[in-house]
Amino acid sequence: MNRTGPGWRILVTAILAIVAVYFLVPVYWLIIASTKTTDELLGTSPLWFTGDPHLWSNLSQVFSYNGHIYLRWVGNTILYSGVGALAATLLAAAAGYAMAKFEFRGREAVFNIVLGGVLVPATVLALPLYLMFSSAGLADTYWSVLLPSVVSPFGVYLCRIYCEASVPDDLLEAARVDGAGELRIFFTVVLRIISPALVTVFLFQLIGIWNNYFLPLVMLSDPNLYPLPLGLMSWMSITDRVPVLYQLTVGGSLVSVVPLAIAIVVLQRFWRTGLTAGSVKA
Amino acid sequence: MRSRRTPWLFLAPFAVLFLAFFVVPIGYAIWQSFIGVRRTGALGLGGSQTTFAGLRNYADALAQTAFVPSVLRILLFGVVVVPVMIIAATALALLLDAASARWPRFFRTAYFLPYGIPGVLASIIWTFLYLPGMSPILEVFGWFGIQAEPLAGDGVLWAIANITIWEFAGYNMLVVVAQLQAVPAELYDAARVDGANAWHMVWRIKFPLIRPAVVLTTVFTIIGTIQLFSEPIVLKRSAPAITNDYTPNISAYNQAFLYNNYGLAAAEAVLLALVAFVLSFGFLRLVGRGGRAGGAR
Repeated sequence: MNRTGPGWRILVTAILAIVAVYFLVPVYWLIIASTKTTDELLGTSPLWFTGDPHLWSNLSQVFSYNGHIYLRWVGNTILYSGVGALAATLLAAAAGYAMAKFEFRGREAVFNIVLGGVLVPATVLALPLYLMFSSAGLADTYWSVLLPSVVSPFGVYLCRIYCEASVPDDLLEAARVDGAGELRIFFTVVLRIISPALVTVFLFQLIGIWNNYFLPLVMLSDPNLYPLPLGLMSWMSITDRVPVLYQLTVGGSLVSVVPLAIAIVVLQRFWRTGLTAGSVKA
Repeated sequence: MRSRRTPWLFLAPFAVLFLAFFVVPIGYAIWQSFIGVRRTGALGLGGSQTTFAGLRNYADALAQTAFVPSVLRILLFGVVVVPVMIIAATALALLLDAASARWPRFFRTAYFLPYGIPGVLASIIWTFLYLPGMSPILEVFGWFGIQAEPLAGDGVLWAIANITIWEFAGYNMLVVVAQLQAVPAELYDAARVDGANAWHMVWRIKFPLIRPAVVLTTVFTIIGTIQLFSEPIVLKRSAPAITNDYTPNISAYNQAFLYNNYGLAAAEAVLLALVAFVLSFGFLRLVGRGGRAGGAR
């Protein structure tokens, strides 16, 4: 059998297409379902649109329900994920640079402890963090979700190996001879060289925070502070009493999924792991 | 000029926060797991007093609650999900890399898409896809006379497994793809000149090269599996088989927030972390040894 012939090619493509259907069906359903009212969700064929789509009225209800709380959840999500990931990236870059380009006592010990942090299950941290924040009077505040989110051990690891591979020592020395201060070298020279790694760290942390359900669930009880997943879950959990929330949960899910899914797809070339980051030069 | 303090200046902001939000909580959890609360006075109304409990919380976790069954359930789950996940991710990566497939970019994107959807939202969507009457999948099954109710009964564990595979298979595939793309093309050319066919390429060249990526994704899948929480929590409302002790994390969460039993919750969290460490390091040792043996052959 010729493994590069047209028959083989059709077979491989057919397998890949079937797998693609599996991954895309839930998204397809979400788009169909978001055009339906709660009654239609339960009473019409789930495979196709109804003759009278309600997408816009659904979406406007999503945004206006309960005093526009959905908009607050959007803002909170951007704050937690965006600001959290940005701060995490900057901290990881500085720490990774320090470990890559300076010799100091205890460097490897510190690095190994940080690496161990990658393996600690996040949920193991959440319970003690809640007790600590609540004794400090900070539970149920923005800080309680934001502060733990700015620590990214994996980011430090990635920044270190990327700095080692792509920041030349000669360049740093030349900048020092020219009289540039250490902070200025870091912000103007190093950050620019390692920017591809920074994008990767930022995206990993963004998704990590956006995906972390346990921490906000444990920390927050005020719905005004919820990120989107927690908010939508709170709608989903009372659909028995308020049936209209079925359609709002579906519409709200569509609005939260689509922008990020598009961003993920557009930015997918930045999804590298620590293994390959060093081999891709800036 | 650069002083000896410079590296610490760059390290300090991260180090302080790492200490506060990683190291201290772990220490606090360990301490908490040795602390018990004793009620005094009639009906325990005389107030409470914290006492050193020794290993009692651990003994309680292992004996009194449904914690051990939840650990066993998660191990059963992992024994199925981890191999399925890794084999699927590796197979898809190799198929996409085989250059005989059409539209590789489209397929790669389609598989990776679910990774951008948080577990909670993915589980909400799949809940609808598991409900007869709402689900297009069950409707199509119905045409062929297959009546399935994924949320009824104990089968819900595999309904959860499907959600986690849907979420993460594409991401793991991308990790392997990235490793495959880092392989220099000359290596393939050299092998082809030597007369290697497609299967030889996969088994002798690609497999050994993507091995680190496969090991990495396996370790992360093991750790993720042990933490299973949001998917069963979301499905809980529609699936009667999901109890308050369904997974170790759900158990610890309920011990802490439903029963205010922080000591027991902390003991469960520490035990869970130990299981995660033993399994991931056990796996790394296992493949480490296998790698040396393979290298000697």
